[in-house]
Amino acid sequence: MLLVVEQFLNGLQFGLLLFLLAAGLTLVFGIMDLVNLAHGSLYMMGAYFAATFVAWTGSFVLGGVLALGATLLLGIVLEFTALRHLYGRDHLDHVLATFGLILFFNEAVRLIWGPAGLALPLPSWLAFPVTILPGIQYPAYRLAIIVVALLVALLLYLGVMRTRIGMLIRAGASNREMIGALGINIKLLYTLVFGLGAALAGLAGLMQAPILTVQIGMGENILILAFVVIVIGGIGSIRGAFIAAIMIGLIDTMGRAFLPNLLRQVLNSASASTAAPALSSMLIYLLMAIVLVARPEGLFPANRR
Amino acid sequence: MKFSLNVSSLVAALVVAGLVLLPVYSNLSGNIFILTLFTRIVILALAAVSLNLLMGYGGMMSFGHAAYLGIGGYAVGILAQEGIGSGWAQFAVAIAVSALYALVIGALSLRTRGVYFIMITLAFAQMAYYVASGLARYGGDDGLTVYKRSDFGGLIYLGNRVQFYYLCLFCLLAVVALVWRIVNSRFGLVLQGLRSNEQRMQAIGFPSKRYKLACFAIAGMLCGLSGALLANNTDFVSPAVMYWTRSGDLMVMVILGGMGTLMGPVVGSVVFLVLEEVLSQLTEYWALIMGPLLLLIVLFGRGGIMGMLGRLNRG
Repeated sequence: MLLVVEQFLNGLQFGLLLFLLAAGLTLVFGIMDLVNLAHGSLYMMGAYFAATFVAWTGSFVLGGVLALGATLLLGIVLEFTALRHLYGRDHLDHVLATFGLILFFNEAVRLIWGPAGLALPLPSWLAFPVTILPGIQYPAYRLAIIVVALLVALLLYLGVMRTRIGMLIRAGASNREMIGALGINIKLLYTLVFGLGAALAGLAGLMQAPILTVQIGMGENILILAFVVIVIGGIGSIRGAFIAAIMIGLIDTMGRAFLPNLLRQVLNSASASTAAPALSSMLIYLLMAIVLVARPEGLFPANRR
Repeated sequence: MKFSLNVSSLVAALVVAGLVLLPVYSNLSGNIFILTLFTRIVILALAAVSLNLLMGYGGMMSFGHAAYLGIGGYAVGILAQEGIGSGWAQFAVAIAVSALYALVIGALSLRTRGVYFIMITLAFAQMAYYVASGLARYGGDDGLTVYKRSDFGGLIYLGNRVQFYYLCLFCLLAVVALVWRIVNSRFGLVLQGLRSNEQRMQAIGFPSKRYKLACFAIAGMLCGLSGALLANNTDFVSPAVMYWTRSGDLMVMVILGGMGTLMGPVVGSVVFLVLEEVLSQLTEYWALIMGPLLLLIVLFGRGGIMGMLGRLNRG
C-alpha cells in the first residue's frame, strides 16, 4: 500500500513535469508548425541556470526566478536569431536545424560549465518528509513540485481559455493563416509563445534539478518522452498534452516499480529480472504505437476541420 | 549537340573515384587511420542511401532508421556467438530480419502521416533499443563483442583492412545502382507519384499503401546490410547503435547531401563524417561549430550540397 501511494505520487510528479515540457512543445508545434528538437536543451539550460544562480544568490527561490527569466530570455533570443527563419519550412528542415542546435547547446554547456555534472542541493526548508496519510510519508520537495506544476497548469489553462492572448493562441493552433489575415501581429505572437514554452521547459528543468544531477544530455531523453506525450495527446492540444503527460508519467513510473514483481509471478526470477527493465522502458512507446494505430491523429487532435 | 558539364555529376564522380582510390593512397602514405575512417563512412553512407530511398523518393520521413543498423549488427553478433560463423548465413539473417521488422512496423506506421509518422517510427526504434538492452545473454546494455568477423570462405577475408573496405565499397555502389534502378522503374515512378500527390495516385487506382510498404521494407533490408557490415567493422554491437540520435545523424547525412538525389546521401555522409573528424581534431568543442553549421546549411542551402551544386550549374 505504502509503495503504491508513493509510486503513484512519483508518477504524478513526473507526469506533471512532462506536461510542463510538453505544453510548450505542443504550442510551438501546433501554432508555428515547428518541430523543435532543441526544446530539451532549454530544459537543460533551465537546470544549469538554476544550479548557477542558486549557488550565487544562496536562495533557491531567488535563483529559480532568475533562472526562469534567463531561460525565457534565451528562448526569445533563439526564436529571434534562428528559429524565426524556419517557419513555413519543411518539417525535415526543422529536425536538421534544431538537431544542430542540440549539438551547439550541449557543447556550449561543456565549454562553460565543464563536462562533469552539477548538483543543485535541495532547499533546506523543503527537505523534510510530510505525512500525507497515516503512516505514509512523502518528501516535501516532491509534493512542492506537484503543487507548483498543478498551479502552472491551472494558470496555463486559464490563460489559454480565458484571456485574449489565449484566444489568439487557440485560434493560431486551429488556423494559422486565418488569424494572420484578420490582422493579428503573428510575429509577436510567435515570439511570445516560444518564450512561454521556453520558460515552461526551464521551470521543469530547474524543479527537476535537485532530484537528478544536472548534466549534459539530460534534455534529450526527456525530450523524446515529451514528444511521445504530445503525439499521444494530439499535436496542438494542451488538454491532450495534460492527460497524456499524466498517463505517461504514471505508466512509466508504476511500470518500473511493479513490472518486475508481476513478471516474477509468470517467469522464473532470473529471466524476469533481465526482461523487466527493458519491458518497462518499452511500455510508453508501446502505448504510443497502440494509440497511433487506433487514432492516427492522437487522442485530442487540435485542428479538426 | 549540347554538351554541358553538370557540376553535381562531376562532384559525384570525383567522390566515387576518390573512394575507389583511397586504399592506394592509404597504402602509399602509410596512413592506416584514414582507411579505418573511410570504411566507417562507406558503411554509414550505405545506410544513408537506403534512408534516402525512403525519404527522398518515397516521401516517408522515418526517424527510426538506426534500428536496422542494430538489427543487422545483432544478427551478426548473435549468430557469431552461437557458433554460426558463416557470413552468408549471418548476412542473410540480417537482411531477412530487417525486412520482417520493416514489414511489421511499416504496416502499423503507414496508418499515420506527417509528423505522426516521424514519431511512430521513432517509437518503434526506441522499442528495439530497449529490447536490445534487455538481451542479457547477449551483453544487454554493455553490448556484444564480435570475436570473429563474418566468414565468407576463401572468397574474401574480412580481417584484411583493404579487402573489407572494398567489400563495403562494393556493397555501397551496388546499392546505389539498385536504388537508381528502383527509382527509374515503374515501381519507383509510382513511389515518386505518391510522394507528390497520394490522393491523385489513389484515384488513378494505385494501392498506395502496398507500394509504400514495399519501399519501406526494401529500405530496411538495405540498412540491415549496412548494420551487418558495421558490426564487422567495429567488432562490436551495442544498443547505442540504435539510439535515436543515430537516426538523427543518418537524417542529417541525407539532408546535408541532398535528399532525393542519387549520390546526395553518399556526398552528405562523406562531408558530415569527415567534418566531424576534422573539427574534433581541431578543437575539443567541435560540436560548437558543427551545430550552427547545420543550421546555416538548412537556412541558406536548400536542397543540400547537391542542390547547391545544381544551382551553381544553372547560375
